Amino acid sequence: MSELLLPPEHRYAKIIKEQLNEDGNELSILNLGPTHPATHGIFQNILLMDGERILDAEPTIGYIHRAFEKIAENRPFYQITPLTDRMNYCSSPINNMGWWMTLEKLLGVEVPKRAQYLRVIVMELARITDHLICNSILGVDTGAYTGFLYVFQFREKVYEIYEEICGARLTTNMGRIGGFERDWTPKAFELLDTFLEEFPPAWKEFENLFERNRIFIDRTVNVGPITAEKAMSYGFTGPNLRAAGVDYDVRVAQPYSSYEDFDFKIPVGKSGDTYDRFCVRNAEVWESLSIIRQALDKMPEGNEYHAEVPDYYLPPKEDVYNNMESLIYHFKIVMGEVPVPVAEIYHPVEGGNGELGFYLITDGSRTPYRLHFRRPCFIYYQAYPEMTKGALLSDAIVILSSLNVIAGELDA
Amino acid sequence: MALENTAIQEKLVATFAEDVFNFQQERDIFSFEINAHKNTAIILFLKNDPDLRFHFLTDLCGIHYPENPVEKQFAVVYLLHNWYENKRIKIKTFINGENPEIKTLSNIFLSSNWMERETYDFYGFNFIGHPQLKRILNMDEMTSFPMRKEFPLEDGGRTDKDDRFFGRTIDNC
Repeated sequence: MSELLLPPEHRYAKIIKEQLNEDGNELSILNLGPTHPATHGIFQNILLMDGERILDAEPTIGYIHRAFEKIAENRPFYQITPLTDRMNYCSSPINNMGWWMTLEKLLGVEVPKRAQYLRVIVMELARITDHLICNSILGVDTGAYTGFLYVFQFREKVYEIYEEICGARLTTNMGRIGGFERDWTPKAFELLDTFLEEFPPAWKEFENLFERNRIFIDRTVNVGPITAEKAMSYGFTGPNLRAAGVDYDVRVAQPYSSYEDFDFKIPVGKSGDTYDRFCVRNAEVWESLSIIRQALDKMPEGNEYHAEVPDYYLPPKEDVYNNMESLIYHFKIVMGEVPVPVAEIYHPVEGGNGELGFYLITDGSRTPYRLHFRRPCFIYYQAYPEMTKGALLSDAIVILSSLNVIAGELDA
Repeated sequence: MALENTAIQEKLVATFAEDVFNFQQERDIFSFEINAHKNTAIILFLKNDPDLRFHFLTDLCGIHYPENPVEKQFAVVYLLHNWYENKRIKIKTFINGENPEIKTLSNIFLSSNWMERETYDFYGFNFIGHPQLKRILNMDEMTSFPMRKEFPLEDGGRTDKDDRFFGRTIDNC
């Protein structure tokens, strides 16, 4: 039967044949994906199975490849933000802010403290939604639907905050060079306060449902473990690396956007298995909540929400119609005739899944000469075959879910 | 004590002489160029030296410079990170435009496997010794390498998006 599924030159064909000669049992091939409700995205894995055990996995990726790097070479800088939205679409504000900070580093723009704090708030909100989705879906994959229903409405509440800030919900396209496109409305702060009040009890309840749950522990402890050395060699970053016991976090290693002003812990795990990844993400949500509270407390007075950089920051629309200078700046920015230095820079931010890097080369024109996204998912997903080796089929689903591989970021 | 640029430079020059050159601090990252045929030796040295300890490969990508002379038309960039001292370096190496090939890092960093496959997919570099050098994001049947500058973003036959009507030419867009 396997001859029908596999071309004879495939490496599995040889393994199957050899195994058959040894003991007469035939190994089987299972196509997991590309579209399957349990994989939460377009992932294909050709699994080589011995009964319920996985002997080998061969991931195929690229099903939603959209050539962002090529498109970016043909777009002015401010038109690249919508592309970054669509990478890790569970936490698009982090991607947006990372891209603006890359440009600010390039252009030498100093962002006012208040705008930096607002950015920190929105980035931590994004991290909360990202971890919330990952952990609650992990619950669904182990058969616990209830926890998911408890917390999922809070993603909606966060999206309402995004909506107040920038008008969009999922693909936010938020911010400008030097800050935000408009000040946050009082309504946005009101929604934020409500969220900070209502979300923690629900998250506590969610934690209680899972952390000491016998079924959940049986399904996740020692499932898909990875050692710290292996994880570093595979290029793991973010919660998946921290679950293996390495306390590397870009927010601390290279603080950006005033992260050095806040006091927060870096939760780490021990064995790097699915349960540790779950716990690290849970703990990070608490840290994110604490960072948001600190940012609100320390928020400088005033209503400054962007830097005074008329060369790069679009003027208000009424000024464009009534004011000669603003009209000129508007025209120059939209037509891409602003001065851009020739440089090569790399800027990392701590995304939902790890170090999200922007490697940008400019040649002084209106578009990047080369833009490379360091996408954490893409880099650590290559460890998946090794992590599933010897596991059960149902474990493979749980491992994929706990790694939080987002198809948009994987394929860019 | 933090790892100084000069310390890195001295160690590398002492070991590899003229194969490493053009050291400079570019904004917040220390960068230099290396000769392509020495890439594995230099990166292995940077990883294993007890003082340098650049143990993490952050990123690897290709660049196309069609304007350069033929032996420098492509470049591979490695970003390494030392977490102990929190020091990043950028290594650039130029390779030939007609026959781009360079040794693989997949024996040094497991993560370079897919990064090199992605670079191959986009630029067609031959990573010598790579265990599975085939396309990763694009389909296997594709014959061209889309990130090369000569590859058009859109169908060249389109007439509805003529840049001349917007006052743009090839040079200013």
